[in-house]
Amino acid sequence: MSVADRIARALFGFYFAAFFVYLFAPLTIMAVATFNKSRFPTVIPWQGTTLQWFDELWADTGMWQSLWTSIVVAFFVVLLVLPIGTAAALLLTSLHARARSFMYAVMVSPLLTPGVVIGISTLVLWRQLGVGGGVFLIVLAQASFIICYVMLMVTARLQRFDRIQEEAALGLGASKFMVFRRVILPFLKPALLAAGFLAILQSIENYNTTLFVRGFDTPLTVYIATKVRTGLTPAVNALALIMIAVTIFGAVLYEVVRRRSRGVAVR
Amino acid sequence: MAELFRRFGAGLSTIFLGLVAVWLAGLVLAPNIMMVDYALRPNLPPAEIGGPRDVYSLDNILYLANESVHRAIFFKTVWASALVAFVTLVVCYPLAYWLAQTASARQTGIVLLALTIPFWINEVLRTLAWYILLAFRGPLNALLLWLGVIDQPVRWYGDVGVLAGMTYAYILFMLFPIYNAIESLEKSQIEAARDLGASVWRTHLRVIIPHAKAGIATGCVFTFMLAAGSYVAPALLGAPGSRWFTEIIYNWFFEGGDWNRGAAYAMVLLVLCLTVVLITLKIARVNLTDVAK
Repeated sequence: MSVADRIARALFGFYFAAFFVYLFAPLTIMAVATFNKSRFPTVIPWQGTTLQWFDELWADTGMWQSLWTSIVVAFFVVLLVLPIGTAAALLLTSLHARARSFMYAVMVSPLLTPGVVIGISTLVLWRQLGVGGGVFLIVLAQASFIICYVMLMVTARLQRFDRIQEEAALGLGASKFMVFRRVILPFLKPALLAAGFLAILQSIENYNTTLFVRGFDTPLTVYIATKVRTGLTPAVNALALIMIAVTIFGAVLYEVVRRRSRGVAVR
Repeated sequence: MAELFRRFGAGLSTIFLGLVAVWLAGLVLAPNIMMVDYALRPNLPPAEIGGPRDVYSLDNILYLANESVHRAIFFKTVWASALVAFVTLVVCYPLAYWLAQTASARQTGIVLLALTIPFWINEVLRTLAWYILLAFRGPLNALLLWLGVIDQPVRWYGDVGVLAGMTYAYILFMLFPIYNAIESLEKSQIEAARDLGASVWRTHLRVIIPHAKAGIATGCVFTFMLAAGSYVAPALLGAPGSRWFTEIIYNWFFEGGDWNRGAAYAMVLLVLCLTVVLITLKIARVNLTDVAK
């Protein structure tokens, strides 16, 4: 190995280590600070180990209120995005070349729109109709772009669908509705489950869009951001830690479902 | 369309079309049209709405062009977002290359898993993590003081904080497209370049980067768009001197009370993002169909 190669290897090793420190150090520090007695979340100086911040979080009614708001929003978002996303995917796969790529571009356009703009446009439209910000508008604004993800995931699954199954069912005397209900929907189930998970996560973690349409309601992300500015204590870290644990658990579950959905397709 | 009816019958097809229409017309198109309508009208007291002064004009957009502070913040947001995209690219490229070409299948699997973990976590929490790390009396300053790199704590909140937080938030949007692009490059092409005497540097510049152009463009475009439209990073990690364009928009809505001007500013942001996205993709010859993967 030449000297230049060795230097290159050493440099890459350093970069690699730095990359992962960069990736995990902030999250680790945030997590560890939960257990420090210091009123401002930090790890230096260490003022003693405590679990008091979990108690404080538990006693915080504002947090429970905002958690409930987020759950309600996520529930209705899922209810809205799964049927619409599926319908969009079925429509898309029934179109021919030109119309298809046009519709595709239209359907992914919300993903290319900045989140704040989605929030603002929804707010402005509904004020015209006499409806102010709140849970209802948060659901609509979030759904408008979360549908794109559902559409993409269902479309990906449909591309592996063998249309012969459809014709076989029809040939055996099934109605068109039965084909949809008994052949296509079961085939899509893994993709719909995965898309549902993703939709819940996207909904709960959204901030940029939600901020503009929230009215007087305070979902969890808005609550956290407000706390950071008005009175950050490690209780917020405790909340972060719990959310991270739940998210990673959800992510693992999501991966399992996704892998299984792939497995079915291969068989 | 006829195909849809043939497959699912009239009843189901009508339901499907109805659902898609509700989405595209009701949730996407109508709000955007109304936003443009707001942007082009003056902000009037309720009594005067529909009156003789309620006419379309470009006043709200011209206001942005003439108000020097807002204009400066707008241009700053544009170049700072481009800088975020560039820094993210520099940070991600070597790792993407290593993952796609050098690493074993097992290494790739492990590293990709490790990479995705932080990105399942909410953007607000990731930004909060940086807020804690960069605090004036926080861990980063303590470490640097201890190492003797600095002898006074540094105020990181501001431009540096925003840049660090945003780069962190958007790494995956850059890494995955580039990784996918480089992965499709045959190893033999790199070896051929090497055998013909090209240096490492030249191989990247002449063989790998041109091949990965589409992935790089996709990553940059998404990062730029997300950065320009971000609110949380500048709100938490910024300082009064580092305001972001989205913060100005927010102020028009919830502090300035002029929704028309706010809508005009939002429209400018939307047009900016769409222009940058479409032009970049055109130059790099990326199809929109390949972007959303």
